[in-house]
Amino acid sequence: MKSQVLLSARQVGKSFVHQGQPRWACRGVSFDLYPGEVLAVVGESGSGKSTLLRLLAARHACDEGSVHYDVQTESGNEPTGMVNLAGMSEARLRWLARTDWGFVEQHARDGLRMNVSGGANIGERLMALGARHYENLRGEAIAWMQRVELDTGRIDDLPATYSGGMQQRLQIARNLVTHPRLVFMDEPTTGLDVSVQARLLDLLRELVDELQLAAVVVTHDLAVARLLAQRMLVMKDGCVVEQGLTDRLLDDPQHPYTQLLVSSVLTP
Amino acid sequence: MIDSNYNFAFLDERTKKRIRRALLKAVAVPGYQVPFGSREMPFAYGWGTGGVQITASIIGRADVLKVIDQGADDTTNAVNIRRFFALTTGVKTTEKTAEATLIQTRHRIPELPLTASQILIYQVPLPEPLTKLEPSRQETIKMHALSEYGLMHVRLYEDIAQLGAITRAYDYPVMVNERYLMSPSPIPKFDNPKMHMNPALQLFGAGREKRLYAIPPYTPVRSLDFEDHPFEIQRWDHACALCGSVDSYLDEMIVDDEGSRLFVCSDSDYCEERRDAGHVGGQQAVHLHDALATPVINSTTTLQEAA
Repeated sequence: MKSQVLLSARQVGKSFVHQGQPRWACRGVSFDLYPGEVLAVVGESGSGKSTLLRLLAARHACDEGSVHYDVQTESGNEPTGMVNLAGMSEARLRWLARTDWGFVEQHARDGLRMNVSGGANIGERLMALGARHYENLRGEAIAWMQRVELDTGRIDDLPATYSGGMQQRLQIARNLVTHPRLVFMDEPTTGLDVSVQARLLDLLRELVDELQLAAVVVTHDLAVARLLAQRMLVMKDGCVVEQGLTDRLLDDPQHPYTQLLVSSVLTP
Repeated sequence: MIDSNYNFAFLDERTKKRIRRALLKAVAVPGYQVPFGSREMPFAYGWGTGGVQITASIIGRADVLKVIDQGADDTTNAVNIRRFFALTTGVKTTEKTAEATLIQTRHRIPELPLTASQILIYQVPLPEPLTKLEPSRQETIKMHALSEYGLMHVRLYEDIAQLGAITRAYDYPVMVNERYLMSPSPIPKFDNPKMHMNPALQLFGAGREKRLYAIPPYTPVRSLDFEDHPFEIQRWDHACALCGSVDSYLDEMIVDDEGSRLFVCSDSDYCEERRDAGHVGGQQAVHLHDALATPVINSTTTLQEAA
């Protein structure tokens, strides 16, 4: 693992106006993410996990604090190195979002283009980057379908005809096709049945390992965090109540809320 | 005969001036869709209200107007628009492409090459080429601003994947001046190459959608394609039955219950000029009994080859 920080959040906060009053959806979140590291953000629903993820991915602007990302590819006179996302041009952010980043949505339908085939979904980012050779695009799509264990015979089928687990795999392939360095995942396994969840997690773990991906995974499932993440943030009411190594945190929770969270996991 | 109850060219002078201003912007930024205050015209939407407004705003007393609909001068749309301008401006109208200074067109570019002294005005139903791919107008504006046109290729990819070839035969998307993606209006893709480096000014108007855009003279216009599936125009195995032309865009008409087809030039003026010059076609319909038996595209083989 390299020592260079990939993503750094400092006192990040976002407030929404609710009944005329500003309310902080999340506030004061700070952490550093290193290349190849997986960070899980856990907490109950409404604790600000998804808002935090959106701030990190620059889908929302921070009201407080800042997010810096290590931009490596040069383009014109845009700055490289640790760059504040708030100061980047929209064109540059959109370019980052479709090359260097991935975003896996909770509902695959939000992250996929449902009116074009699976192959076109995988090829979209490449075409956006200027790939103009049909057979090469197709070869790439097939290679990625094999990699995420999708039946390559379904390449020309619409995603709507895929099962939920397959859609999620397709979404992952579509995001990873440009070899991003950082992937944001919003509850990637929620809504899938347990056996499919297990296989998807297995796949994710392999891919993260193989591609040296860094990832921020939002989940309310501690098992997902245990399996995927080296480090964890526990959020409650928009604040981080505890953070640290996953194993330490799950085996020896310090904060009362974390203790509650860990003890409320059902074990069959 | 001119109806003096109307201002010259129907629209009032301020409206025409505003449209001309929008046109200047459109010419300055080739392929960029300029919003404009589209007026109600005495035509139904779909009858070319955008084109009519452009023509009305740039027509002068010395102009000679030609109006075509699908290449023909004698169809309802063309006849009525021509009559409208004859009534409200009194300018000379013509059916000869070479004589015209303004040509308003619905979905064709004349076969005769245009000159620098001519202006071609297109009637456009849907100016936004991305609209069927990205429903949000805000998002498509952003995509144009940032020149993010990968999505259009996703559509073309999908065509090849499902059907074995890019099947879009009209309104085939083009890149203008290597910057803006543009819908050429529903002209057949046969006409796309004519837009490239054309000496005439080309103006596009969409009345319902309230957008104008333009291709200035001598502007590069490239039809989108893939390296291994290059852009191709339509070709026919037949010649025009009336004038014998083999390189013009042909209309195919079924003339009886036996499946006989008559192929004739879609550009009526071009066909007539050729006949006047002594060219003669086969003068008869052709039988295409097995037209449906041999599909043009064999998608199954393409898929198997790819797999």
